[in-house]
Amino acid sequence: MKYILMMNTMKAGHGVPEWPREDLQAHIAFMRSFLKELRESGELVSAEGLAFPDQAKLVRAAKDGTPITDGVFPEGKEFLAGYWIVDVDTPERAYAIAAQASAAPGPRREPLNMPIEVRQVMSGPPPEML
Amino acid sequence: MALDSEHLLRDLAPQVLGALVHRFRDFAAAEDATQEALLAASLQWPRDGVPESPRGWLIQVAARRMTDYIRSEMARRQRETVAAQEMETVAGVEQHEDDSLMLLFMCCHPALTSSSAIALTLRAVGGLTTAEIASAFLVPESTMAQRISRAKQSIKASGEGFAPPSDGERSERLGAVLHVLYLIFNEGYSTSAGPHLQRLELSQEAIRLTRSVHALLPAHAEVAGLLSLMLLTDARRAARTGAHGELIPLDKQDRSLWNGAQIQEGIALLTATLPKGAIGPYQLQAAIAAVHDEAARAEDTDWPQILALYSLLARMSSDHPMVKLNYAIAAAMVHGPRKGLELLDALDSDGRLRGHHRLDAVRAHLLEMAGDRAGAIVHYRLAAGRTTSLPERDYLTTQAARLSSSWTMVTV
Repeated sequence: MKYILMMNTMKAGHGVPEWPREDLQAHIAFMRSFLKELRESGELVSAEGLAFPDQAKLVRAAKDGTPITDGVFPEGKEFLAGYWIVDVDTPERAYAIAAQASAAPGPRREPLNMPIEVRQVMSGPPPEML
Repeated sequence: MALDSEHLLRDLAPQVLGALVHRFRDFAAAEDATQEALLAASLQWPRDGVPESPRGWLIQVAARRMTDYIRSEMARRQRETVAAQEMETVAGVEQHEDDSLMLLFMCCHPALTSSSAIALTLRAVGGLTTAEIASAFLVPESTMAQRISRAKQSIKASGEGFAPPSDGERSERLGAVLHVLYLIFNEGYSTSAGPHLQRLELSQEAIRLTRSVHALLPAHAEVAGLLSLMLLTDARRAARTGAHGELIPLDKQDRSLWNGAQIQEGIALLTATLPKGAIGPYQLQAAIAAVHDEAARAEDTDWPQILALYSLLARMSSDHPMVKLNYAIAAAMVHGPRKGLELLDALDSDGRLRGHHRLDAVRAHLLEMAGDRAGAIVHYRLAAGRTTSLPERDYLTTQAARLSSSWTMVTV
C-alpha cells in the first residue's frame, strides 16, 4: 500500500531556517541520508522538495477560463515543503517512516518533531461488489 | 515466434534457476546468472532460432556465468579447484522434480515481507524482468530492484538451505506459497490504477504460476482449490467493469461476457478435487464462486447453498470477520435484510472490523434492501470516505447520489 508523507512546515516569509550553519548542515545531511535509506529499502516511490513559497500563486479560473492569480500570503500560513510517497506493507511502517522524518534535527541538533501528514494513496484493489 | 520463445523462456526460468541453486546452493548468484542467461536467449533465439534443448542451453549459459562468478569469488578466497570440478557437471544435471517447488518455498520464505515475497516470486519463478514487475506495481524500477536485492539478502541471512522443508514445516510453507500466489492474483484482479493491461497480466501470471504448482502437486486439494478459485473469479473479469472502468456489481453484470470455458475448467477441477477429502478455505471459496458462476441470472443464484458454504468457511477460519461479513450478506439474501443487519450488529460489537469501509458498504446495501433510504445514504457515504480504492469510492458515492433526491458533493 502506498502512502504520501507530507511535510507541512514551511511558513511564508521565512523560507530558509535561520539556523547556525552547523545545524543547517546537519539537517540537510539528515534529509539526504533519510532519502538514501528509503531508496535502499525498496520502499521509495517518489519524493520531491518544493520551492520556497515566496513566489507561490493561488490560481483560479475566471468566467472565461483565463487564470486569475493571487500572490501574497499572510505570514504564518503553512505551506507544503515537500513530500515522500512510499510503498509499504502496513500503515504502521508508514507511520514509522514519518516519525523518522519528523525527528529531523533542527537548532542545537535537537529533533524538530514536526508534524508529518500521512495519507493513503488510492491504490487499493476494489473488492467484488455486491 | 517472438512470443513463443518468450513463453518458453518464462516456463524454463524456474527450472534453470532450480537446477543452479540445487547445484551451487547460492540463490542470489544463481538468480543473477539465470537472468543473464534469459537475457542472452531473448536476444539470440529470435535471430538464430531456438536451440534443440532450450533448457540445456540456458543451464549451460547460466552455469558459465556462475563459473565466472565463483572463479572471482574463489580467487578472493584462494580456493579454486573444488568449484571448477563442480561446475563442469552442472550442465548435465538431471532435472529435479522438486527444484521449482524448492524455489517457491525459498521465495515465499517467512522471513520476507509479503511485498518482497511477491516481487521475488515473480522474478525468480515467474521469469518477469525487474522492469516488468516495477511497472505492474507502479513503482520505479530502481525501487523494485532494491526490494528484490534486499529479499535475496534476507534469504541468504536466514541460512535457508536448498532442501525440502521438514514434513512438519511443509504444509505451513506451502500455505505461505499459496497465500503469495493469491495476493498476486488479487493485485492483478484490481483495476485500481495504471494501464489495465499491465495489471491484468498479474492475474494471468498468478494463474500460470498456480497451474505449475498444481502440475507439481496434482493431489494437493488446496492447490487445486486455489487454481479453481482463480479461474472462476477471473472468468467474470470482462463483465466486472464498464466502458469507463467503473465497477459493475455481480448482480448487474452482463453474464454473457463471462468466460464460459474458464468457468467449466474451474468447476471440473473443483468437482474432481472436493470428493478427495481435506476440504480447505480455498476450495470453499472456489465452491462459492462456482455457485455464482452457475447462475444464468442473478436471481437464479442458489443463496441457501452459498449461505451453507460460508457457514462452513466461518467455522474453518475461526470466525474471521470478513468471512462473517460475507455470511451476513448471504443470510440477508436467504432470510431477508433484517437478518443480515442483525448479524452486522454482532460484528460491530466484535470490534475487529471497526471503521472498515466494507462493513459500512454492506450495511448500506442491506439498509437499501430493507427500504431505509436515508440510512443507506449515510452508510454509502461513510464507506466512500474509508475505502482506499478509487473505483470503489466512485461506485459508493454514485450509489449514495442515486438514492438522494438532490445531488450533493461528497467531501471525503
